[in-house]
This record gives sequence, C-alpha cells and structure tokens, in this order.
Amino acid sequence: MIAAAIFVFASLALLQFFFWYCRALIAATSRVELSDATREVTGIENRHVSGDDFEKLSQLVHLCPEAGGDAMGLRFIGMYHSFLGLLRIGFHAFAPNAEGWAERERASCSYFTAVTLDARIARNRLLLEEQGSNQG
Amino acid sequence: MLGPADYTMWLLGFILEVSVIVCSLFRRGLLRYFTLNLYMLAAASITVGQFVVIHRFGFSSTEYFYFYYYSDTLLTILLYFCVIQLYQQVFEEMGVSNQIRGASLLLLSGTAWVSFMMVRQNQTHLTGRFVVELSQNLYFVGLILTYVLWGAVMKMRETRSRLIQFVLALGVYFSAYSATYALRNLFPHLELTKILPPLVGTWLPLAWTYTFWKVPEEARLAAASLVTPSTLTR
Repeated sequence: MIAAAIFVFASLALLQFFFWYCRALIAATSRVELSDATREVTGIENRHVSGDDFEKLSQLVHLCPEAGGDAMGLRFIGMYHSFLGLLRIGFHAFAPNAEGWAERERASCSYFTAVTLDARIARNRLLLEEQGSNQG
Repeated sequence: MLGPADYTMWLLGFILEVSVIVCSLFRRGLLRYFTLNLYMLAAASITVGQFVVIHRFGFSSTEYFYFYYYSDTLLTILLYFCVIQLYQQVFEEMGVSNQIRGASLLLLSGTAWVSFMMVRQNQTHLTGRFVVELSQNLYFVGLILTYVLWGAVMKMRETRSRLIQFVLALGVYFSAYSATYALRNLFPHLELTKILPPLVGTWLPLAWTYTFWKVPEEARLAAASLVTPSTLTR
C-alpha cells in the first residue's frame, strides 16, 4: 500500500519536475533574437514558429556541426516535445481548452531548436572565418 | 552475466560523473558547488568499485549485492548533503546557515536511526526486498526535501538559473528513482525495474554537466514563470 502511494506521488512529481526543468531550458532562449541568416534558412518570420516546425528545425540542426555541447539540451527538449505531442492528442479528446496551451509549449520547443541552430551557424561561420584568415 | 549494453551504460555513467567535475572546474563552480562535486567524485569511485567487485566475485555474488545497496545508500546520504548545500544557497541572504545545518543534522540522524531500527528488526532476514524498500524510502525522503526546496526557491523568488536547474534536475532524479524502487517493491519480478535504475542513474550527471557547461553563474531566470501555465515570453 505504501509502495503504491509512493509510486503514484513520485510519478506525478517526476512529470512536474521534468516539465519545469524543460521550461527552464527553454526560458534561457525565449528572449534571444534570431539572426537574419537563420531566419532565411528556417523561414521563420517575426518569431512565429509552430510546434510542427520542430521536426524540420531538428533536421536542420543535425546538418550543422555541434557547437559547445548543445546536443544534450536538444535531446531533453526533443523528449519534452514528444511528451507534449502525446498530451495534445489527449487534450484534443478530453480537454480542448488545454490544447492551445500544449501547442504554445510545442512552439517554444521549436523556437529553442531554432536558437540552437542560430548558435551553431554563428559558431561555424566564425570557425570558417578564422580558418580563412589563418590560410591568408 | 553482464552484456555489452551493461558495460556501455557503466562506462557512460562513469564518464558523465567525471565530466561534471571537469566542467565545474572549467566553469569555476568547484568550490561554490563543492558537495555536488564531492557527490560526483564518490559516485565515480563507487562505479569503479562496483566494476572491481563484479570482476572479482561475480554479478550474482552476495558481495556485489551488499556492495551495490550499501554504496547506493551512502550515495543517497551524500545527495542529502547536496540538497542541504542548495538550501544554504537559496537562504544565504537570510543568514540562516546554522539553522539549516542544525535541521539537516537532525534529519540525517533521524534517517539513520529509522534505517538502523529497520535493519535491527529485519536482521534475521535481510532480503533483497528489504534493501529495495530501504532505498525506496531514502529516495522518497530526498524527493520530499527537494520538493520543499523548490517551494523555497519559489517563495524566495530565486533567479539564479544554475541553481534553479540544479534543483529541478535533482527533483527529476529523486522522483524517478523513488518511482522505480516503489515499482520494484510492488512487482519484484518485473524486468523493467531492472533496466530502469542504470538509465535513471545517468540523468543527474547528464543534467548537471549540461548546467555547468551551458549556464553561466550570472544567468538569471524568474522561477515563477516556469510553473505558470501561460507561455514563456518571446
């Protein structure tokens, strides 16, 4: 009986903590402006991204070489995005009012990925410039 | 018998535990988060110790069984010290370090006493089920402590991103372990409960490495914005 109660409480706490943890990661990028180059590549205008853009942005990020150990954050947010996808399906069936919230969260995940892509592009450009100046 | 997947998880765990210390050293967090680093050092040493014990006595040996669970208990107690240090950081401006130290010593003594009583009552049958139950309880106490700490973070309007991420990662870790052990207690023969612990074990070093490496000490974030259902400001 005690084990069952602990299991239920701990599972709910796990969901909550994971949810807040991912939001803390996203919050760090939520005010970052994207560069023109990234806007051009991704087609993002005026910070409007949809949750469905996540896959496309993830593919673009993986095409760009890693910068400063950002892969871990991407993996966490990828998990969070998948979890929100499941929640959205559940909300669609049982609580349509909350569906919009899940979609906004998914959009935040997409924006996080776009900011990561932006950082990777910037870093790789810098490396190329350094390489060019060294050769010159 | 252990397979390649087990050894890979093991090696991964060890590398991640060491990487926390290396990253904190590079990002100048070694002294500020001393107990977190001490915990990771102990965890890495125990990972090596487990490997040596398995190599010498075998995976199914009684020696390994006791080494695993006692070292796990020791690590959980060390993790309590990490929680206490995070409490001290949250309350550092209030100057209540002595009270926090006193309360934590009381809690630690209480946990040790309860554990001792449990061991004394069960000394004739120190079975696997008992040690699983003990671990489940220790992790659950850790979860409650982290929950209260998170409440304090909210109440004190804490804004340090690093500190917030350390606390939340710890919350995920304690709740995942607590749920896993409770599940193991409920269904002792469920295969999933044997696969989950090593996976969960990689979470904390992974999350803390990321935090040390990517989040500067000066970064700020409003903790309250994380719990409100509205979207994060963009």
